[in-house]
Amino acid sequence: MRLNYPTNVKIIKVPCTGRVDVIHVLKAFEHGADGVFLAGCLEGECHFLKGNLRAKKRVAHIKTLLDECGIGGERVAMYNLSSAQGQRFAEIAREMTEKVRQLGPNPIKIEKGSNN
Amino acid sequence: MSASNLERVLKSGNFAVTSECGPPRGADSGVIKRKGEFLKGYVDACNITDNQTSVVRLSSLASCFILKGMGFDPVLQMVCRDRNRIAMQSDILGAAALGINNILCLSGDHQKFGDHPTAKNVYDIDSIQLIATVKRMRDEGKFLSGEEIKGRPDMFIGCAENPFADPFEIRAMRLAKKAAAGAQFVQTQCIFNVERFEKWMEMVRDLGLHERMYILAGITPFKSIGMARYMKTSVPGMDVPDELIERLKGVPKEKVAEEGIKIAIETIERVRQIKGVAGVHIMAIEWEEKVPEIVKGAGLYPRP
Amino acid sequence: MIIANRKPFEEIVDMLKPYKRILLLGCNECVTVCAVGGAKEVAVLSSELAMYRAKEGQPIDIKEHVLERNCDPEYVEALIQVIGDREVILSMACGCGIQFVGERYRNIPVLPGVNTTFYGVTEEHGVWTERCQGCGNCILDKTMGICPVSRCAKSLFNGPCGGSQGGNCEVNKDTPCAWQLIVDRYKERNMLHRYLELQPIKDWSTSRDGGPRKRVREDLKI
Repeated sequence: MRLNYPTNVKIIKVPCTGRVDVIHVLKAFEHGADGVFLAGCLEGECHFLKGNLRAKKRVAHIKTLLDECGIGGERVAMYNLSSAQGQRFAEIAREMTEKVRQLGPNPIKIEKGSNN
Repeated sequence: MSASNLERVLKSGNFAVTSECGPPRGADSGVIKRKGEFLKGYVDACNITDNQTSVVRLSSLASCFILKGMGFDPVLQMVCRDRNRIAMQSDILGAAALGINNILCLSGDHQKFGDHPTAKNVYDIDSIQLIATVKRMRDEGKFLSGEEIKGRPDMFIGCAENPFADPFEIRAMRLAKKAAAGAQFVQTQCIFNVERFEKWMEMVRDLGLHERMYILAGITPFKSIGMARYMKTSVPGMDVPDELIERLKGVPKEKVAEEGIKIAIETIERVRQIKGVAGVHIMAIEWEEKVPEIVKGAGLYPRP
Repeated sequence: MIIANRKPFEEIVDMLKPYKRILLLGCNECVTVCAVGGAKEVAVLSSELAMYRAKEGQPIDIKEHVLERNCDPEYVEALIQVIGDREVILSMACGCGIQFVGERYRNIPVLPGVNTTFYGVTEEHGVWTERCQGCGNCILDKTMGICPVSRCAKSLFNGPCGGSQGGNCEVNKDTPCAWQLIVDRYKERNMLHRYLELQPIKDWSTSRDGGPRKRVREDLKI
């Protein structure tokens, strides 16, 4: 399809959004990510039955943690789309990039790899 | 028999009338006296609530003493929430020494509902155990420790029961436990649903409790539609039938209070017909001045 | 098991204000099972703290460690290898663990990262409820296996108060009335008459009221 999406989006592949734990997302922010979104399957379409629903709850929890520590919960989001929706993926990537750009850079500037 | 006037009235077979005073949230004894003036001559005994709904008020014991001075037969209410067995036994002796000869043993509302929700509660003993404690002090002349009391407290022992709380099937049995522990009279929760109260009384009679203790039916007049609604929705363990609220709604606004009194009088007349009911306990919440009207309206004046 | 709740983030941040090098200590026992102080929760709090302090321009150096148990001397002893240059320990173990580590390492403050709340069970994944208060004098044989000491808001021994409605406690509508549960059990087993038995006044001296408690088994002492 040769769709374009912003180059600042780095994709990390996981077998299912249900595999994404709270700490994975926090670490991304700790290492300087300005925003993170989870792209899960459509609700009701999870191959592992509830993986994307679990991810949805975890994202809600991560939002509260990011608010607590001053990073801001709005920098994380959950989206649902099927693997056939390349167009939608590109759209979300642009939407999220735009949103994060408006929020400005991650308030912490930890150099990658330090501290851990 | 104790020196209690209430006990005298009940033993003589008269239909008893008790009421209650809520003490003020301050040290002004005048408030108690004013409330007392309304009730004087219209009741056989007067309860003084013990920090009801867990809101700090002038103490029940001190208020009882003030009413005693006005010629009342006070009923000391004592809750298990705020005192351990040491303080309770001490206050029982104190009350008896001041000539207070009735006690109403209660669990007490949880502090969550009051003005000090962060307080620690006590509940060293429960209300049924408190009944047994008073009885033991009076009849055996012994403290809970087993040690002898020099000068036994003379007490007519009462309790409360809510015929409308759950689980309904044990509400009469719970009263049986209280009778077995030594309760001589019971004042019930406010009765609005007379049919349900009748059902409960049937269970009470099946257990023979009406022959072992005096049952005083709780009566509360509605001051307003808002109060009726509040009692229905916000007070745990209250059963207010919709018909009563509809009835209050059916009269002009300025007549609602009057209708509330009318309902209270009718309720007294109905419960009086129920076998085993030995009297009424009128709880006119912050409306003590209406008690004489209710007592007269129900044909219960003058008092023996 | 012992159930705890993580302390509010602001409170933790406030406690740690004077320190730069901290040891964030978890426990593999109860607090892991109730998801408040195990390896996962230690990592999450560590990340949150690191981000918060970096943002404030007060970077913090956090070492994470989880002990098998914080309430046994053998495990606590092993911490000596871990403490190193740490200025403070923020413990996510229960109140017992926090104190026990503090007793062993007196030169370093051990601060609480959790509020220890009750002895309970996992009612369902993510839901824990109270069952016992450790009163030291069990009466479950007399109350159909349901504890009124811990599960009745007033610890009543002889039946429900007037606030029991629709099976729930007046103090919290989500909490079942312990006495409703007891009565239901009586009925299930056709034993409702047993409710009439008067429960005597409790001896609280075996509870907290008798002072801190101790249990000794001479045969096990070395």
